[in-house]
Amino acid sequence: MNFYNEMIDTNGGVRAHYQGYDEWLKATPPERIARKRAEADLAFHRVGITFAVYGEEAGKERLIPFDIIPRIIPSAEWKSMQKGMRQRVTALNMFLRDIYHDQEILKAGKIPTEQVMNNAQYRAEMQGVDVPGDIYAHIAGVDMVRAGEGECYVLEDNLRVPSGVSYMLEDRKMMMRLFPELFAKHKVAPVQHYPDMLLEKLRAVAPKGVSNPTVVVMTPGAYNSAYFEHTFLAQQMGVELVEGRDLFVKDEVVYMRTTQGPQRVDVIYRRIDDDFMDPLAFRPDSSLGVPGILKAYQAGNVTLSNAIGTGVADDKSIYPYVPEMIRFYLGEEPILNNVPTYMCRKPDDLKYVLAHLSELVVKEVHGAGGYGMLVGPASTKEQIEHFRQLLIAKPDGYIAQPTLALSNCPTFVEEGIAPRHLDLRPFVLSSGNCVNMVPGGLTRVALTKGSLVVNSSQGGGTKDTWVLED
Amino acid sequence: MLSRTADHLFWMSRYIERAENLARLLDVTWQMSLVPQSLDAANQNWNAVIALNSLEETYAKKYSTVNADNVLRFMVSDPDNYASIHSCLRLARENAHAVRGTITTEMWETLNSTWLEAREKSFEQISNAGVGEFFEWVKMRSSLSRGVTMGTLLQDKAYHFIRLGTLLERADNTARILDVKYHVLRPHGDEGATDFYQWGALLRSVSGFEVYRKVYRDVITPERVTELLILRDDMPRSLHFCMNGVVKNLDLVANSLSNETQRQAGLLHAQLHYGRVEDILADDLHQWLTDFMDRIYLLGDGISKDFLVPMSEAA
Repeated sequence: MNFYNEMIDTNGGVRAHYQGYDEWLKATPPERIARKRAEADLAFHRVGITFAVYGEEAGKERLIPFDIIPRIIPSAEWKSMQKGMRQRVTALNMFLRDIYHDQEILKAGKIPTEQVMNNAQYRAEMQGVDVPGDIYAHIAGVDMVRAGEGECYVLEDNLRVPSGVSYMLEDRKMMMRLFPELFAKHKVAPVQHYPDMLLEKLRAVAPKGVSNPTVVVMTPGAYNSAYFEHTFLAQQMGVELVEGRDLFVKDEVVYMRTTQGPQRVDVIYRRIDDDFMDPLAFRPDSSLGVPGILKAYQAGNVTLSNAIGTGVADDKSIYPYVPEMIRFYLGEEPILNNVPTYMCRKPDDLKYVLAHLSELVVKEVHGAGGYGMLVGPASTKEQIEHFRQLLIAKPDGYIAQPTLALSNCPTFVEEGIAPRHLDLRPFVLSSGNCVNMVPGGLTRVALTKGSLVVNSSQGGGTKDTWVLED
Repeated sequence: MLSRTADHLFWMSRYIERAENLARLLDVTWQMSLVPQSLDAANQNWNAVIALNSLEETYAKKYSTVNADNVLRFMVSDPDNYASIHSCLRLARENAHAVRGTITTEMWETLNSTWLEAREKSFEQISNAGVGEFFEWVKMRSSLSRGVTMGTLLQDKAYHFIRLGTLLERADNTARILDVKYHVLRPHGDEGATDFYQWGALLRSVSGFEVYRKVYRDVITPERVTELLILRDDMPRSLHFCMNGVVKNLDLVANSLSNETQRQAGLLHAQLHYGRVEDILADDLHQWLTDFMDRIYLLGDGISKDFLVPMSEAA
């Protein structure tokens, strides 16, 4: 397979937007680079920018490897991506509003009704509930990959609790601290205003009539894999970081327990899945949530961000219909490509998938984080046979996609500098009247040679992402 | 401020202060043991360290005899001893971790790197390099975390709860150090060179040796040491100084439930403010200190109920 290299063209030359970096890299002594890389490791450790890995010893934390070769995106390319994401996220929010109200898109027959109504992520509790500004996914993480020149695909729309934005910000901070000279040389679009932008969005979706809303970030607790990010965002926005036990509901109003008595809470940026939010409404065994919070939400006394029930729009079984949503709600052609997707619940698709397992990527419909997937070309016969059995047993639990030739970028690895595959997760923020994002996003890189799985839980690393201004 | 946040801040500062004072106590015991004395007397001093922290049972489970090496190992780096320096530094870091968004980045980095470094030190390494060096390190890290707090943190409620934790813990710990050493050192007539070194070591353990010289410009006497550590309100590790701060910070965070706790703190403070050393020594000092520590414990309990873990929704 031929892979698109972000830095080097097919003739071995350096692409225009990487010229400056390349010159710098060639002129910088290897000892300095080595020293700086060690410095970065140490700093990340000291600051405690870590994530917990599920399945490993409780409370154990790991660093996400940081690579010092940035992923550079030329301005024009970013502009078109940005336009595409705006369009896509707008349509997704309109879809959510529609599904939880009149369901026009189902009536029009654009999406099979049972695909939505039988979806485990569909929340009947949200039917007929109005949310501020009709926005459901205030924060979306759109995973994009490049397969070739100008050939970008959206892999996934993360509309529940997308994470990673703290790494985007810390990677930039680290890059500027290690190599300030690079930023003097390049016009790199800044990203550090993300927390301000986020706070502005959260304040904008406060319940009606609240002029100076109290915003909080809600975390499952210190042992969650993304705990660092929760504390980071709360601190950067200057708001309280609460756990479920810090909150209580009285007369359908949410309060937090403070040293000065109860204080009313208006907007909750929650980093907890729907299932755990309210033991009275969802999983009764959840100790992370707040009893009665759903009722307070339905009554419009508090805003949850993202809304309850957004999972129905980012589910892998709904993903194939996103282009249709864009046409239906906006009357536009999609700017960003969807990856062609085989839905194994369709007998024809299943037949094709079973016959081509060694070429395809198979994903669990409800899976996330790189768990429960098969990358055909990189798998052993046993692994493929194992998935064949899974597929036959439960076809509607899986989708399959062609293995994309993910682009790669030179990356520091043990044996020196070598190309590694990467993706990009921009963070898209929506409130009533506009959709915004900071330039770039989080670039994740698969550090294992040949691997196409970039998730940090699977040993992926990150790079600073530069959008170059003209 | 969230009650849970205040709780973590309060305990974060207590644990780092506790680690420091434990290092001070072990340091003075170590130094006193270097002055020629009988083995019995030496082991009695080490025994007192265990007894003072009410750790007899935990200790007996792991060690059969009380001697310098065992007690140091137990109190310095035993992860199973929740009161060891190792455990205190871990707990300080864990509490900081839970509120790392509330404290400043510098504070978090200080406590986190202190723990990361402590975790890497085995008792053998500490012992080979000399325990004194380790105690100095603990004191420096505690000073650093206090300095970083004062130098970077907004002086809002978070700061007041941190100060409350620090000062309450220090009051308790200074009382403990004085108590454990005073019974060995109590005036019994045979004043000599040994006593001078022992009193000197006690003063040094609370950074009071130079202070003493400056304040009294005279020989070291038990009365003056007692006065310095209990009643002087300009000596940063004295009980009076600590209670000044407790009362002040308590006033700054007061809520509708805290009247009684404030009253108790005021009472205790008045006793130090208007107390005389001859009256304290006329009664049994050990009894006086025990009573003081009990009241400090009750104050901590009151703070916890009023602010940190409110039981009712009305809190």
